[in-house]
Amino acid sequence: MAYNVRKVVAETPSRFTEGHRMCAGCGAPVVARMILRAVKPEDHVVVAGATGCMEVSTFIYPYTAWTDSFIHTAFECAGATLSGVEAAYKSLKKQGKLPEEENTKFIAFGGDGGTYDIGLQSLSGAMERGHDMVYVCYDNGAYMNTGIQRSSATPRFADTTTSPAGKVIPGKMQSRKDLTEIMVSHHLPYVAQTIAVDTLKDLYEKAEKAIYTEGPCFLNVMSPCPRGWGYATEDLMQINKLAVETCYWPLYEVVNGVYKITYKPKNKLPIEEFLKPQKRFKHMFKPGNEWMIEEFQKEVDKRWQDLLDLEAMTNKAE
Amino acid sequence: MSIRERLSGNEAAATAMKQINPDVVAAFPITPSTEIPQYFSTFVANGSVDTEFVAVESEHSAMSACIGAEAAGSRAMTATSANGLSLMWEMIYIASSLRLPIVLSLVNRAVSGPLNIHNDHSDAMGVRDAGWIMLFSENNQEAYDNLLMAHRIAEHKDVMLPLMVCQDGFITSHSIENIELEEDDKVKAFVGKYKPEHFLLNKQEPMAIGPLDLQAHLFEHKAQQADAMRKAKDVILEVSKDFEKTFGRKYGLFEEYKLDDAELAIVCMNSTAGTTKFVVDSLREKGIKAGLLKIRVFRPFPGEEIAKALSKVKAVAVLDKSDSLNGIGGALFTDVTSSMFTNNVQVPTVSYVYGIGGRDTTSKQIESVYSDLQEIVKSGKIENPYRYLGLRKEEK
Repeated sequence: MAYNVRKVVAETPSRFTEGHRMCAGCGAPVVARMILRAVKPEDHVVVAGATGCMEVSTFIYPYTAWTDSFIHTAFECAGATLSGVEAAYKSLKKQGKLPEEENTKFIAFGGDGGTYDIGLQSLSGAMERGHDMVYVCYDNGAYMNTGIQRSSATPRFADTTTSPAGKVIPGKMQSRKDLTEIMVSHHLPYVAQTIAVDTLKDLYEKAEKAIYTEGPCFLNVMSPCPRGWGYATEDLMQINKLAVETCYWPLYEVVNGVYKITYKPKNKLPIEEFLKPQKRFKHMFKPGNEWMIEEFQKEVDKRWQDLLDLEAMTNKAE
Repeated sequence: MSIRERLSGNEAAATAMKQINPDVVAAFPITPSTEIPQYFSTFVANGSVDTEFVAVESEHSAMSACIGAEAAGSRAMTATSANGLSLMWEMIYIASSLRLPIVLSLVNRAVSGPLNIHNDHSDAMGVRDAGWIMLFSENNQEAYDNLLMAHRIAEHKDVMLPLMVCQDGFITSHSIENIELEEDDKVKAFVGKYKPEHFLLNKQEPMAIGPLDLQAHLFEHKAQQADAMRKAKDVILEVSKDFEKTFGRKYGLFEEYKLDDAELAIVCMNSTAGTTKFVVDSLREKGIKAGLLKIRVFRPFPGEEIAKALSKVKAVAVLDKSDSLNGIGGALFTDVTSSMFTNNVQVPTVSYVYGIGGRDTTSKQIESVYSDLQEIVKSGKIENPYRYLGLRKEEK
């Protein structure tokens, strides 16, 4: 694939337009725009949105920021809703009721609330049934739309409005669910974890693969939230970079069960680098709370090692 | 030529769906409607329909997928009962607000709890304000006929609302009765093709559906839904007239059975109407002027017409196969009586809650209702307007 990602960004018209009302410094619009850039210009897209920040900020009657077709129904059912659209496409195409030369792609966007939690069943069903679609989770690690409540994607110790760092309980006490692995266990043709980092090349290439791999594909994209995480809006790309360099959010893809880590930091940074600029982890840096950082680091290390092992194992089996 | 057959209510519904040949069916099994997606899957497996069958993992997803499919520009159908409809509830409202003419076959069953799989109307009554057209069916023939008319009504440009066809779980869904089926090509011609004005898969005109709709617009959008529901009444009559012309069976907003000169009237829905007709006939033989008003169209509620039809009787009993637990009577009762009130019809009217959880309703019980009405006429008094029929006293 000989191309220049900077040229793609400069020359591909955005299918997700300006004028939406997402916050400054939010990771999600960057993700949506770049993923849609991976769609071939001649192809039509039906986007489905789960209720969440992205939906309520991009489609407020009578305005829409989506130049393609867009459907939103409810919080927990972007997967099921889009599977209905895709089934209709298949049916109408088969019956010759749609122009033969037209190609339509199906992409769902849901936050971690609508994907890891309330929408998990709907997502699992849609993936298992094999609909030809891409489900994108923009994971900002809490229910941001309703005001920063903890989700199963919230990292351990994070201070949220339903897991507040108090005098007795220091933030969220449970570990983060690994949704990417749950999706891998659905034996999908393509599953990837990515982020908007550097030139956005990793995000773009994984989106392209997911969109043009036949069958159900899943992208988990970490997408920081300045209000929920407590960082300065201009630091978005720096936060993303630190998530990758600390191995908090490893970049990898799983093609038909075979793992490939798409970026391995030469010098894995200590987790403090990622935690420090974020207010939600502020209490972890108080004297006497060193154990929290240690435990956090231990978990990051273990998950990274597990991933390295999976990569080694699945490639050996090849 | 009509075809004489013997089918259960579920078979009748599945046969109608086969002849309609929808583009998408998304369904999840639940007693007593399970057979509908089962039969339909067989049609799909044998290639006798063009439908994509989406075997979803829940009823919530069934309705979500139907919404997606219908918005995409296809015809989508589903079937469910009781808790299945309860789980759909959120999406039921969204389907109607997005003005998507989805058709649902509802095989009525008691909503939990506690768990019960038998017939009453608590499932349908739970969605009576959800913006769906609701047609009720006395038997397999009516369930079949209502389904054949469903898309013409729902997809009419003045309507564009989803529609559910109700029939009684087990009592009609699993009872095999005679039925007149129509020929495939005639059904196809009657139902016609669906040509949506706007749809997601139209590349020439991308569409966004399901916005955040705030204070500035939601009120108007709801008023448009209400307007469409009011307009649906004339469309139902128009389609029913064409149905009669094509297939010979006559349908209105409701059926009046020996109501013309009746003094005592029962109002009810679905299969109990059959039992009531039998009782009316036997009372008529004894010279008692009994009559029946059987609701077919429950939403939109034909209040003015019902009030007019009941204006000359001396006493009315409204039978609800669902208890609204509201302290004043069943849902049908409150709709009927408020319609009578607003249309200046002053007839003593009582509410009977009956048949809950599939409790059998006998002709003797229906007879007792007519004799209660006779008492009311004689005494000119209603002791208690909120009554039960077939309830054992000791457990009360």
